[in-house]
Amino acid sequence: MDKSRRRFIQGAAGAIAGAVAPVESTQALRRENKQLPPNALGMLYDSTLCIGCRACVTACKEANDVPVEQPAHLREWNVGVWDSGEDISGKTLNTIRVYTDGTKERKDREENGYAFIKRHCLHCVDPSCVSVCPVSAMLKDADTGIVTHNPDACIGCRYCVYGCPFGVPQYQFDETFGKIAKCEFCEHLQKKGEIPACCDVCPTGASLFGRVDDLQQEAEQRLSKQPGDRYEFPRGRLGDDRPTHEAAIPEYQSHVYGVKEAGGTQIRYLTGVPHQKLGLPKLPDESYASLSEGVQHTLYKGMIAPLALLGGLIYLARRSTKQHEDEE
Amino acid sequence: MAQSTHQPLGGKLLTKPFMLFALLFLIAVYFLATRFMFGLGSVTHLNGGYPWGIWVVVDVIIGTAFGCGGFAMALLVYIFNKGEYHPLMRPALLGGLFGYTLGGMAVIFDLGRYWNFYNLLLPWYAQPSSVMFEVALCVMAYILVLWIEFSPTFLERLGLTNAKQKLKRFMYIIIALGVLLPTMHQSSLGSLLLVMGSQLSPLWFTAWLPLWFLLTAIAMGYGIVILESTLITNAFKLPSEQRILSKLSPIVGWLLAAFVVLRLIDLLAHGHVAPMFAADLNAFMFWLEILVFVMPTIILISPARRTDQRQMFLAALLLLAAGSLYRINAFLVAYDPGNGWSYFPSAPELMVTIGVIALEIMLYLVFVKKLPVLHGTRPA
Ligand code: SF4
Ligand code: SF4
Ligand code: SF4
Repeated sequence: MDKSRRRFIQGAAGAIAGAVAPVESTQALRRENKQLPPNALGMLYDSTLCIGCRACVTACKEANDVPVEQPAHLREWNVGVWDSGEDISGKTLNTIRVYTDGTKERKDREENGYAFIKRHCLHCVDPSCVSVCPVSAMLKDADTGIVTHNPDACIGCRYCVYGCPFGVPQYQFDETFGKIAKCEFCEHLQKKGEIPACCDVCPTGASLFGRVDDLQQEAEQRLSKQPGDRYEFPRGRLGDDRPTHEAAIPEYQSHVYGVKEAGGTQIRYLTGVPHQKLGLPKLPDESYASLSEGVQHTLYKGMIAPLALLGGLIYLARRSTKQHEDEE
Repeated sequence: MAQSTHQPLGGKLLTKPFMLFALLFLIAVYFLATRFMFGLGSVTHLNGGYPWGIWVVVDVIIGTAFGCGGFAMALLVYIFNKGEYHPLMRPALLGGLFGYTLGGMAVIFDLGRYWNFYNLLLPWYAQPSSVMFEVALCVMAYILVLWIEFSPTFLERLGLTNAKQKLKRFMYIIIALGVLLPTMHQSSLGSLLLVMGSQLSPLWFTAWLPLWFLLTAIAMGYGIVILESTLITNAFKLPSEQRILSKLSPIVGWLLAAFVVLRLIDLLAHGHVAPMFAADLNAFMFWLEILVFVMPTIILISPARRTDQRQMFLAALLLLAAGSLYRINAFLVAYDPGNGWSYFPSAPELMVTIGVIALEIMLYLVFVKKLPVLHGTRPA
């Protein structure tokens, strides 16, 4: 091996080592988490208020024009229009799931109890789905933070399905020309000044729409009360003049889920049963996109490293090909 | 004509094995037609928890790693300037050509909205932060580069020596790209998993994923070169390339050894000991994987073993199995979407993958028989 070749290869090895050395502490490679947009809109879902009526599921289907779902094993006793999808899917953007334990006696208790949990997109502050999509088909509004999907751009690679830490986007595998389905927070209704269909129909205020800041305050206020205290639970949109729903403050889990999880979300969950039991995953405060984008940006910033590498490779390949020609 | 020692093999095309491959391919075509008529769910077991199955992991991610022969040899021949390996270059490139071209094809039938495929090339949809975006562009560019790299073989066959000479003048740029692009996208195939966080078992999730994928892809590239040359020289009674191969093996062996050791160090440094010894599928697959990596490493490093053609062949097979297992584990086994989802490929899904491999072998046979790919018997 001649000198300059050795020098280049040593240099390249050094550069690669330099680039990957910080991996020692994964933390150093992350970029910052993204910040909550100025007028972030969201939802406070209070599992203890939810009565499992699924009015929100039906309203969502109507508002977004998605068909009723009936799994085969439930179809027989479930004649007609009752929807009984068991989780969100290519045709179900939101759903209510049930937690049960033992004798299922008391609502919102972990042992011998039951509880409801609503599933849909959490409109993450630093969403994996937006970060992974190769064709910008997942978009986060810079002002309201709502994450929408553009099927005209989408190539159906399903990286968003794979990558979303909450398993939210779903591809319609049973369609010839399938689409990605995901809650878009009824963006089309909001444009007309209305609120998301699920929050609009919820009889108890379990699904409450509002500005994320206000919802956060509301959640903290509920937590600050004593269990048993009477409380006026707002319904529909926080701050509107709809009649409230008066009930006793339940025994809450002290943690508000959704504030910090995976870099934060625009949904807040209050529950009586521990979150992980309800299928809300335990997640770190760093967004997942912050690591993958951090690494990607370190390696490809301004394409400088790849171009430098290409330069070196061209130089070496040129010398080798010349030499081989001379030998031939 | 002694200007090139590359020779078409000639011989009958429609042999019995060839017909069998053709049959397998036709079965795949049938299921693919079903997929296009009735959707992905009609032939696959893909679901909301496992949106990626073997069409992505085997056909594309493992398939392109099998196609790294051309990349690995170019690295050796042109970048480290080891001219003595030159006879292995063309068959390796050919393997790469098909590995990648068919991997690219598999992407099309796996994409859920394939008719929008060209959006990847429209600047206003571009999303440079997406690893998938980088992988897609790099792979497309590399397929093009592979065809150009291989084109002298066509030109030779067509007798267009003039065009070949002209192309040769710029070949070094193409060769450099042919090393840069796979370096980028093979590592990025590992980066695809960096966004998975705790959805992936800590035995596979590490910030080193890109480097692990790159190292194993290069090793698999050499593995396929060893396999290809052993199979071809035996089947067609060509002069053995054992001498070159046994020189190549320690390089591959040490590369593999480095990977295994670094990987274990990384896991220990992060204190992931408990999951290694847990009584679950992850731990089992992890140790199986390590075992299948260590076996070929020993053969390739040991001077006594690596001169034995049978052992070498076995080492190449094991090495390819190890790299494949690593990829299946990282993308499917280590991944837990929660909510009780599970995935195992359906029979039609498997048949499509098998059909694609059959097509690859058929095309390879056609090419080596009809085109000057292999270093043949002495020129007439
Ligand atoms: S929950 Fe999933 S789909 Fe919704 S914004 Fe977050 S990453 Fe995207
Ligand atoms: S499936 Fe569509 S929306 Fe999801 S990542 Fe792929 S292109 Fe983007
Ligand atoms: S409408 Fe409200 S109370 Fe009824 S299931 Fe939905 S969230 Fe629960």
